[in-house]
Amino acid sequence: MPSNKSVSDAPICQFVNCRILRDHKLQREDLWVREGQILDPEKLFFDEKGFADKQVDCEGLIIAPGFIDVQINGGFGVDFSQPSSDVASGVRLVGHRILEHGVTSFCPTLVTSPPSVYHQVLPQITVQNGGQHGAGVLGVHVEGPFISAQKKGAHPEQYLRTFSSPGLSDLLQTYGTLERVRVVTLAPELEHSTGVVRELSQRGVTVSLGHSAANLSQAEDAVQSGASFITHLFNAMLPFHHRDPGIVGLLTSDRVPPERTVFYGMISDGIHTNPAALRIAHRAHPKGIVLVTDAIMAMGLPPGRHTLGQQVLEIQGLHAYVAGTKTLSGSIATMDMCVRHFRHASDLVLLDDDLNVKATYICGEEVWRKKT
Amino acid sequence: MKLMILNDYDQASEWAAKYIRNKLLQFNPGPGKYFTLGLPTGSTPLGCYKKLIEYYKKGQISFQYVKTFNMDEYVGLPREHPESYHSFMWNNFFKHIDIRAENTNILDGNAADLQAECDAFEDKIKAAGGIQLFVGGIGPDGHIAFNEPGSSLVSRTRVKTLAQDTIIANARFFDGDLCKVPTMALTVGVGTVMDAKEVMILITGAHKAFALYKAIEEGVNHMWTVSAFQQHPQTLFVCDEDATLELRVKTVKYFKGMMHVHNKLVEAPPAP
Repeated sequence: MPSNKSVSDAPICQFVNCRILRDHKLQREDLWVREGQILDPEKLFFDEKGFADKQVDCEGLIIAPGFIDVQINGGFGVDFSQPSSDVASGVRLVGHRILEHGVTSFCPTLVTSPPSVYHQVLPQITVQNGGQHGAGVLGVHVEGPFISAQKKGAHPEQYLRTFSSPGLSDLLQTYGTLERVRVVTLAPELEHSTGVVRELSQRGVTVSLGHSAANLSQAEDAVQSGASFITHLFNAMLPFHHRDPGIVGLLTSDRVPPERTVFYGMISDGIHTNPAALRIAHRAHPKGIVLVTDAIMAMGLPPGRHTLGQQVLEIQGLHAYVAGTKTLSGSIATMDMCVRHFRHASDLVLLDDDLNVKATYICGEEVWRKKT
Repeated sequence: MKLMILNDYDQASEWAAKYIRNKLLQFNPGPGKYFTLGLPTGSTPLGCYKKLIEYYKKGQISFQYVKTFNMDEYVGLPREHPESYHSFMWNNFFKHIDIRAENTNILDGNAADLQAECDAFEDKIKAAGGIQLFVGGIGPDGHIAFNEPGSSLVSRTRVKTLAQDTIIANARFFDGDLCKVPTMALTVGVGTVMDAKEVMILITGAHKAFALYKAIEEGVNHMWTVSAFQQHPQTLFVCDEDATLELRVKTVKYFKGMMHVHNKLVEAPPAP
């Protein structure tokens, strides 16, 4: 049956027998998609006199928007911060494998590295839509090098940098290009950062505060200048203190401009953040939470020693440490594990009741299905 | 008239749905031969719609060659508003069955010229060959569709101002806030429904009992507009026990005694 042609020739797909999370409840509803857009079926019916060309039986599974991972350093043996002549195939491999975890878009993340690495790697990563080949690439997340030495975490100290002036010149010099940069993590207590944050925000780049020893006031200034994200809340920042909440205080700050929301990344792998802390953050500011994996190259690999950027790591079970220390250096939890953990503590994915990913769709097309 | 008295709401809904199903199958619609159905909204017909959807899902009936005409729609309420009758029909019926949008007809309460919209609706009914079966409900004030007390018994589709009783009854769909309920509606007239070949009125619940009494045991009166159907050759009232609470014992006994005959009308159709 052809779709009504008054608005579009494109076929309409109706997902039936599914449960959709709507108004905080799982409801039995159908989902209608045309050309990658979710349709209002009532409007389709009355305005266009349209109907479905194809039906997909979801067999009672939960249908959810595809997961977006804005902080992922690599996986399956691929390290985005590793300079190579074929970065594109590494990005493609990860993009393909993460479909299994329900991720339909991601930001390949680069940790603090010398300029030569950025100059070599960044031009090889292209922003692209997802599809059968893998999850979509939204742009690069550069986590560093303009971060605090005190809160460097697993980042190599010798490559940390400061701003010599308020403009974008230091960034352009370091990264080589800002063209496909989507998120920049920086420490707002660095001198001249206000000007940098403002310029980046005006360019449409998301500024994220992280790996920083900033107090609340400095963090609020950065938000006023345009910063809108916090990199892995609680980790690599001053701990919450009742007389100076630090960056964590942004969750309930009254100096955030009214029409803006401060979002915060959370690695909910059960290791980086205690579930009680996760709940405190969520209850304080439920609208801002963004689950991220911060997954490293070892995600999907067996235990042992591996390289991340310019450093060596050790995998022990679900933990990844800087080799020889107890400093966590990123997680190896997959996005769907993070979602499940979050529930136990609260493009489209089909989930069973235990939130296991059964199938992943991009633009209404099935791009991965769990083999039974 | 025929008066069907079932034990409770669910049984009444099921009886009504089976009757519609059997009528549809008997008519045997096809391309060029559409079964025209008049439809109501509100809480009373919900059970009936659920059953019809069930029969569709079981493969017993199809709405491919059915044309529907709804009784009414609020004036000035956006079509996407969750309480509009368009939304009601989509969510409770159309989205679950195989009916095509072009075969559904609901008055447009946001038309630029409301009376022209009403006139056009009458023309559409005529063009479809009239209505085979008009299903309706009854208000606590005895109205059919929005033909409030005092409406002409030969009225046609037109704009009506809602009575206070109706606004109060409908407030529960608008957060209990009387101010949010629309004050005007487009409605088919009593005459429009009287033109249908057959009329089925669903009446359930004790709060409708007095209206039912006025409609069938007293005279034809424009204050209780459902009473007009005493003069229709093929009227069918489907009720539950509670709705008969104000009727005479004699009336109830008479019609209950005929249920075994009337139940033949809803027997499962023979296997093909």
